[in-house]
Amino acid sequence: MASIDITDIRKNYGAIPVLHGVDLTIRDGEFVVLVGPSGCGKSTLLRMIAGLEDITAGEIQIGGIRVNDLQPKDRDIAMVFQSYALYPHMTVAGNMSYSLRLRRAAKQVIAGKVASAAAILGLDTLLERRPRALSGGQRQRVAMGRAIVRAPKAFLFDEPLSNLDARLRETMRGEIKRLHQSLGATSIYVTHDQIEAMTLADRIVAMNAGLVQQVGSPLDLYDRPANLFVAGFIGSPAMNMLGGTYRAADAAFVAHDNSVVPLGRAYGCADGAAVTLGIRPEHVVVGGAGGHVTAPVDLVEPTGFGTILHLRALGTDLKAFTLERKTAQVGETTSVALPPDRLHLFDAAGSRLS
Amino acid sequence: MTRRFILGTVAHRLAILVYIIFALFPLYWLLKVSVTPNDLLYSEGVRMWPSRAGLEHYIFVLEHSDFPKFFKNSVIVSASTAFIVTILASLAGYALSRFTFRGKYWIVVLMLLTQMFPLVMLVAPIFKMLSPLGLTNSLGGLILVYVAFNVPFATFLMQSFFDGIPKDLEEAAMIDGATRFRAFRQIILPLTLPGIAATLGFVFTAAWSELLFALMLISGADASTFPVGLLSFVSKFSVDFGQMMAAGVMALIPACLFFLLIQRYLVQGLTAGAVKG
Ligand SMILES: Nc1ncnc2c1ncn2[C@@H]1O[C@H](COP(=O)(O)OP(=O)(O)O)[C@@H](O)[C@H]1O
Ligand SMILES: [Mg+2]
Repeated sequence: MASIDITDIRKNYGAIPVLHGVDLTIRDGEFVVLVGPSGCGKSTLLRMIAGLEDITAGEIQIGGIRVNDLQPKDRDIAMVFQSYALYPHMTVAGNMSYSLRLRRAAKQVIAGKVASAAAILGLDTLLERRPRALSGGQRQRVAMGRAIVRAPKAFLFDEPLSNLDARLRETMRGEIKRLHQSLGATSIYVTHDQIEAMTLADRIVAMNAGLVQQVGSPLDLYDRPANLFVAGFIGSPAMNMLGGTYRAADAAFVAHDNSVVPLGRAYGCADGAAVTLGIRPEHVVVGGAGGHVTAPVDLVEPTGFGTILHLRALGTDLKAFTLERKTAQVGETTSVALPPDRLHLFDAAGSRLS
Repeated sequence: MTRRFILGTVAHRLAILVYIIFALFPLYWLLKVSVTPNDLLYSEGVRMWPSRAGLEHYIFVLEHSDFPKFFKNSVIVSASTAFIVTILASLAGYALSRFTFRGKYWIVVLMLLTQMFPLVMLVAPIFKMLSPLGLTNSLGGLILVYVAFNVPFATFLMQSFFDGIPKDLEEAAMIDGATRFRAFRQIILPLTLPGIAATLGFVFTAAWSELLFALMLISGADASTFPVGLLSFVSKFSVDFGQMMAAGVMALIPACLFFLLIQRYLVQGLTAGAVKG
């Protein structure tokens, strides 16, 4: 186990910059999730830590040792690939033991480690099979097994679950978390799926366009998104974003249709400045007394778990999520309240206002 | 099972049959002439099988001609060429498939360029180059030339096989603790066996049947290869068809054996299950 320190890491592919300076410290035993939309440079960063991509500028340390110029084999990390990358001509046992055989471990040691990893992952009966005779979920487990037979300094995961169907993904997500709880290994996990990020991470690193947007605990990012990108990326259904201006006189938000939302407190922002108001659908209060506005219901989406209502309010399509089933009908008009303590305000550049 | 479907299938099979007969008939004729005694060769007219067949041409070729020597030379030249080319092409093909490096584009262009000249144009300059080096009239010189001319195509062939193997595999091996070369040897090469077999087979047959350079660079029976040797059955006044065909049939044997040996690797599908599901 070891900590990982990333200092001002940059990556160019030819003349095209992909990472614009990333700083990150991953503590010993921590589970960090890199999350962001496709193409934002998550895999590139992970592969640089693994030693599979050259580092254009900056420094990476693993366990306090600079690894910029070390070959992947000398970095003592394990990685689970999105494609699993199992060796097709080796059995499950062969796949899992390859790294140990390369290190010339004794036969009994190898057999013991493979057996215990197989037991943890439920692969005991499949050890003599070839990868092509396994299901997707079993292949995924073998890929995990290949990583855990060693005790590497860190585990790297590059979207390990995205080739599985939704049900299996949920199961494996739980298993990965359980595995981390028992092994306590330093882990970096890349995903574009914010649910995976929220459920797995000790800390989330939200990335966009080659830059770190916010680092924090899952609930930090959920409750206090640092900017519009994080606010929109984390949470499903996505946060409502309303364009308008800030009115300093009574600390209120004025929407484009001139309806007014009281903010409850003053924000550090000039009077009349263009701002964006954010509120999560689950925080929008529908019906009941004390609504700010009345709004016609446009669309009702029952999810079984709850209901998503689309309302025409504040000059936009405002989504509201409630756990109740018996809610408004399409065409009906209902009152809508935006509780001040649930509001997020962002300036024109997209940064959170305090 | 409509009528049309059946008709289509029958037509399809018939077309394949016609093609096979067309392709194999010369081989059959080769065999037929090789067992026809000389006195029947011109006297019986066109027949599918002679009224009397015998192995006398084979015996004569094996015992009274230089054919065994030609045969040995050809085996040495073709096998050496095939092995050297395949090793070089594997390494070069891997580099082209996996690495970006300075001048890669120009190397590819250059390799393509070598494939564009008619070989006849190059015989004289190559003879001029090899002669002072003492490489004419030697099997080594012939191997060198064959290797040079077969490497580009074989490299592209191997590159396409490497392209078909996910890069993740050797990256996983490198993270597991292998050097790049070890990952290449232990993970990638075993998966490329079909490609290697195809390349070996292709180069072997190309060298086995090559006539132009063999004829121009070699004089004298000691270093002659089999195709040149075949010409020795053509004398000023006659052609010994029976012996020539007998030699020809025997020349098919190594090529057949070779393909028999590698055919199980020619069956693709070894990479199934490597990635995804
Ligand atoms: N080998 C490469 N050459 C050029 N551009 C690349 C290469 N690999 C990735 N990129 C680019 O770098 C960006 C980040 O890629 P990647 O790290 O794979 O994104 P993510 O994993 O976040 O989806 C993308 O825009 C991608 O097109
Ligand atoms: Mg990726």
